[in-house]
Amino acid sequence: MAEKVLMKGNEVMAESAIRAGCRFFFGYPITPQTELAAYMSKRMPKVGGTYLQAESEIAAINMVYGASCAGARVMTSSSSPGISLKGEGISYMAGCDLPGVIVNVQRGGPGLGGIQPSQSDYWQATRATGHGDFHVMVYAPSTVQEMADYAFLAFDKADEYRIPVMLLADGMLGQMMEPVVLPEPKGELPEKPWATSGHKNKRAHNIMDSLYLTAEELEDLNVARFERYQSILRDEQRAELFMTDDADIVLAAYGASARIARSAVVAAREKGIKAGLVRPITLWPFPTDAFEQVMSHAKLFLTVEMSMGQMVDDVRLASAGRVPVEFFGRTGGIIPTPVEVLARIEELSGKVGA
Amino acid sequence: MSRTMNAVLAGFGGQGILFAGKIIAIAGLIEDREVSWLPSYGPEMRGGTANCSVCVADDPIGSPLVLRPDVLVVMNQPSLDKFEGSVQPGGIVVADSTLVQRIPAIPNVKVCAVPATKLAEENGYKALANVILVGKLFAETHFCSEETIRAAVEQCVPASKKAKLPSNLAALEIGMNA
Repeated sequence: MAEKVLMKGNEVMAESAIRAGCRFFFGYPITPQTELAAYMSKRMPKVGGTYLQAESEIAAINMVYGASCAGARVMTSSSSPGISLKGEGISYMAGCDLPGVIVNVQRGGPGLGGIQPSQSDYWQATRATGHGDFHVMVYAPSTVQEMADYAFLAFDKADEYRIPVMLLADGMLGQMMEPVVLPEPKGELPEKPWATSGHKNKRAHNIMDSLYLTAEELEDLNVARFERYQSILRDEQRAELFMTDDADIVLAAYGASARIARSAVVAAREKGIKAGLVRPITLWPFPTDAFEQVMSHAKLFLTVEMSMGQMVDDVRLASAGRVPVEFFGRTGGIIPTPVEVLARIEELSGKVGA
Repeated sequence: MSRTMNAVLAGFGGQGILFAGKIIAIAGLIEDREVSWLPSYGPEMRGGTANCSVCVADDPIGSPLVLRPDVLVVMNQPSLDKFEGSVQPGGIVVADSTLVQRIPAIPNVKVCAVPATKLAEENGYKALANVILVGKLFAETHFCSEETIRAAVEQCVPASKKAKLPSNLAALEIGMNA
């Protein structure tokens, strides 16, 4: 087995991307994400890649757009306010069906907000990363090991479905160090016959464009894209079920808050409360199948987030009125404690008689 | 020996608080335990103080943010003032008494005062007070094996600064005997 090392989440996402064949990184510094870019600036030249600190986030995402058009594996990273700036470029990439990996190490918002950890960009990641009818795939790691695993996988999925993929982390995961086994470097990368990489007079030239002035043509493209989304919804859902088999109160939490929720579930079990946790790993596609597995016996869902309540919308949609959905959250950069989550579980347990 | 440890290390920026935390985390890694290391990176860091949370456990670690430490290592008075009330019963405080003027008595908590900065300067290991305190913590708790703590220091000193390894190991020794 490969060596286990102690590394920061931000640096792990960078190293794992390089191992996945990423050879272009464009970014702009922002706390709490900067270590990712700093790591890329050191490593990229050594693997024959390109690191470029752009003049802005908008410039960076458009460089990603260009490199992806040319068929490269490419990444950018930022934190919440910077991701908002990238929104236009991500929409253009979606309109061109371009792969690419975007990292958001979330901090408190709105506006410039704070620099402490937050999960308040869930809606942005899953609903409206930019304008127009489109989705990006969203992975939400909750350990440094998962940051390695999903940064690596994100490039494969981006190429497979020709879709921008986002890694939605937060300041806590980005800054913390944990033991990690890094993936083996990728050898062969997939062919990209659609890329604007030079036709050498052997094929018609490829064009990347998201401008379609004929309404029917644009509608056809959008419908075809959403048909591809159907296969992502069917095949790419990921979630972890923890102690849910007999659970009355099922917590739902992703990323950093899932770690806290997990501790609270263990503490609740010690008090005789049958609690469990559904931990979405993909936020889009939302893992509705995992929620279906617990729907028949769950008496209540409790969504725990570092936000005012965003993923709770998707839990309500998954429940569709069958099981009541409650919410607990802290915001502004506050990390909830297992003790306060447990207190909420106990309170709700009394209510539902669980 | 293989018990859960939830540590907070705190002091001024530049004293090597994050480095000291990393030694503990690497020791956990060497013994193949669950480990997390979380630094403060907020405005308090820009104000000159730094702290980090380190967890070493056998089960997966939930929140890496330690709010009720059983180990507190402090290198200045404001850090002691801020964290002394949070230490769990049965826990331990290791304070650099050169810089922490008020050494408190806390019920059910062992408080070790080590003049680490003075010891470091006397022995010519300026800026290694942090490693001295880790040595003291090790001697008091044996949170890992002696072989492991030395190996952890070796791993934490970067290859580019290998010349500083002997002084780091000597500082660890001073702390272990302090």
